Amino acid sequence: MVEGHPAVRFRDVVFRWPGAGRPCIDIPAFELARGDQVFLQGPSGSGKSTLLSLVGGVVLPERGGITVLGVPMERLGAQARDRHRAAHIGFIFQLFNLIPYLSGLDNIVLPCRFSQQRARRAQPSPREEALRLAGCLDLDSHTLRRPAAELSVGQQQRVAAARALIGRPELIIADEPTSALDAGRQRVFLDLLLEQCAEAGSSLLFVSHDERLASRFPSALRLDEINRAGCFA
Amino acid sequence: MRAPLWHLAWRSLANRSLTVALTVLAVAISVAMLLGVERLRQDAREGFARTVSGTDLIVGARSGPVQLLLYSIFHLGDATNNVSWRSLQSIAAHPQVAWLVPLSLGDTHRGFRVVGTSRAFFEHYRHGRGRTLAFEQGRAFDGVFEAVVGAEVAARHGYVPGQRIVVSHGAGGLGSAEHDDRPFTITGVLARSGTPVDRSVLVSLEAIEAIHLNWSGGVRMPGLDLPAERIERFDLTPKAVTAALVGLKSRTAVFSVQRHVNDFRDEPLLAILPGATLQQLWSMLAIAERALLAVSALVVVAGLAALVAVMVAGLNERRRELAILRALGAGPGRIFVLLALESQFIAVLGCATGLALVHTGILVGAPWLEARFGLELQAGWPGSSEWRMLAFVLLAAAVASLVPGWRAWRQSLAEGMTIRI
Ligand SMILES: Nc1ncnc2c1ncn2[C@@H]1O[C@H](COP(=O)(O)OP(=O)(O)OP(=O)(O)O)[C@@H](O)[C@H]1O
Ligand SMILES: [Mg+2]
Repeated sequence: MVEGHPAVRFRDVVFRWPGAGRPCIDIPAFELARGDQVFLQGPSGSGKSTLLSLVGGVVLPERGGITVLGVPMERLGAQARDRHRAAHIGFIFQLFNLIPYLSGLDNIVLPCRFSQQRARRAQPSPREEALRLAGCLDLDSHTLRRPAAELSVGQQQRVAAARALIGRPELIIADEPTSALDAGRQRVFLDLLLEQCAEAGSSLLFVSHDERLASRFPSALRLDEINRAGCFA
Repeated sequence: MRAPLWHLAWRSLANRSLTVALTVLAVAISVAMLLGVERLRQDAREGFARTVSGTDLIVGARSGPVQLLLYSIFHLGDATNNVSWRSLQSIAAHPQVAWLVPLSLGDTHRGFRVVGTSRAFFEHYRHGRGRTLAFEQGRAFDGVFEAVVGAEVAARHGYVPGQRIVVSHGAGGLGSAEHDDRPFTITGVLARSGTPVDRSVLVSLEAIEAIHLNWSGGVRMPGLDLPAERIERFDLTPKAVTAALVGLKSRTAVFSVQRHVNDFRDEPLLAILPGATLQQLWSMLAIAERALLAVSALVVVAGLAALVAVMVAGLNERRRELAILRALGAGPGRIFVLLALESQFIAVLGCATGLALVHTGILVGAPWLEARFGLELQAGWPGSSEWRMLAFVLLAAAVASLVPGWRAWRQSLAEGMTIRI
């Protein structure tokens, strides 16, 4: 992994879900620079989550090349891609991001259990790093001890953000993490997320159907500008 | 990279503790049934085999060999015919016969069998690896109205030497006639032997004869009251007995003496080798044993099916959880292992609980089983066949655990990180 590489690069990528007639993704070129924070807007069903699965290496494109942090995904085996994802990418989803039977704190340190690299980079220890991040995200230690299933949606999303950030992964991928929050909480959450990503030096790829959020990001894109296949069901 | 799976499996199970507990119980009950049946089978066999040793032949009226063995030694069922005293005398006089102990059955005392026999019984009856009967208290009977009681009889009714007991005619029970005009004095209590002797009252052959002196057709003849002192003047030699245990001078003669008895001219008799007849009994019971074992095995299959059903049904609710684990870097292989691990954990817990259940069951049920059926259960460390069965169940469980694992693996491959509800 060379520092000079962009965080994500797509070249002539075509992807089709098994059983689907036409491709869902057809992206000739897309690049996310290191340290950049990009907002990617697209309507529901346009293939945003599919794009993120491709970046995560959970699925492979039919054609074309995807390079994540300088590593070409198609050259890695399935296990290596899983390891790569665990070590370098933090995910935040729309809703119910947490493992319901673990406490908030256990959820935050989970990536460190899956990746030695993340654990090593969580200084001084995963637990202390988790508590620090939680503090930055306005979570008190009482909230962290409760089972994830008992937290409010806003608290859950902040725990998810802390989990994505722990161990300073190079890339944070957020899939509509604010859509379940009201306008006020959305703003607070976004500010915290952008601030923490900047502090950790992580690149951020944030997708949403809600264009009103775009103004908060240094750069914004629309999926249909880069994706030639509109994959509306 | 191996550490989190145990942790996750454990926490996930703890989170669904009620469902998990019920599934563990289902597996445990099925395992307990399998092990319980096996334990019962083995201990019954062992108990039976322990009962007769040192006896070369058992002689009775001609019937089935198994039937003769069952009623003469195990007090199960009744004899259809007796052996005349004259024939027995003649067999006892055979040059190869070392000793002969007659047995006269038919009466009871408070549900326990009364066995009329000779004092030679205490000398020649052997159990286990050739052990003789030992007296816990007192001595053998001597006079006509003296009795020796087995350990279980004494324990149940708190009998000690010197106490007087009354014998019932026939099997006893409501309204049956009591030989209450001729009570017996207990002279001895036997130590526990784990044989039907524990549940017997032993008296002399003469006593059996004496209590039936003024009886005819199962009822006492009115107006014929014989005081005990006058009885001694009657000839109390029995006319017939139920069966006899025979010991030979040399075991090599066993077949010739057996032939001699079976070809007896005066009446139809039967001589059996206890060991061989026991084998015959086992082979008769083998089908029933196997059927019982097969049913228990099917119950285990049902238990494991319940386990798989619970885990697979749970997968639907856990889609999101598995998608999150995928996003965190867990490969489909690890998702597979997680689900298989959880299933296997339930199975292991079920087996352990089942084992505990059997052993508590034995501890609680053993006194009752022993008192009621004379079946002595060993609440010991599981034997090799039980370990083998447990290993087999765990192996089957391991195979069953692959099903939820495989389903989860397929699901996580098809859905990736996208959570589709
Ligand atoms: N696991 C899957 N298997 C098959 N088809 C899928 C899968 N996931 C998504 N699709 C299909 O791909 C298309 C794009 O879905 P995707 O989830 O990427 O859209 P999206 O832009 O994220 O929508 P939303 O804003 O509603 O989340 C849809 O037609 C969907 O049916
Ligand atoms: Mg989506």
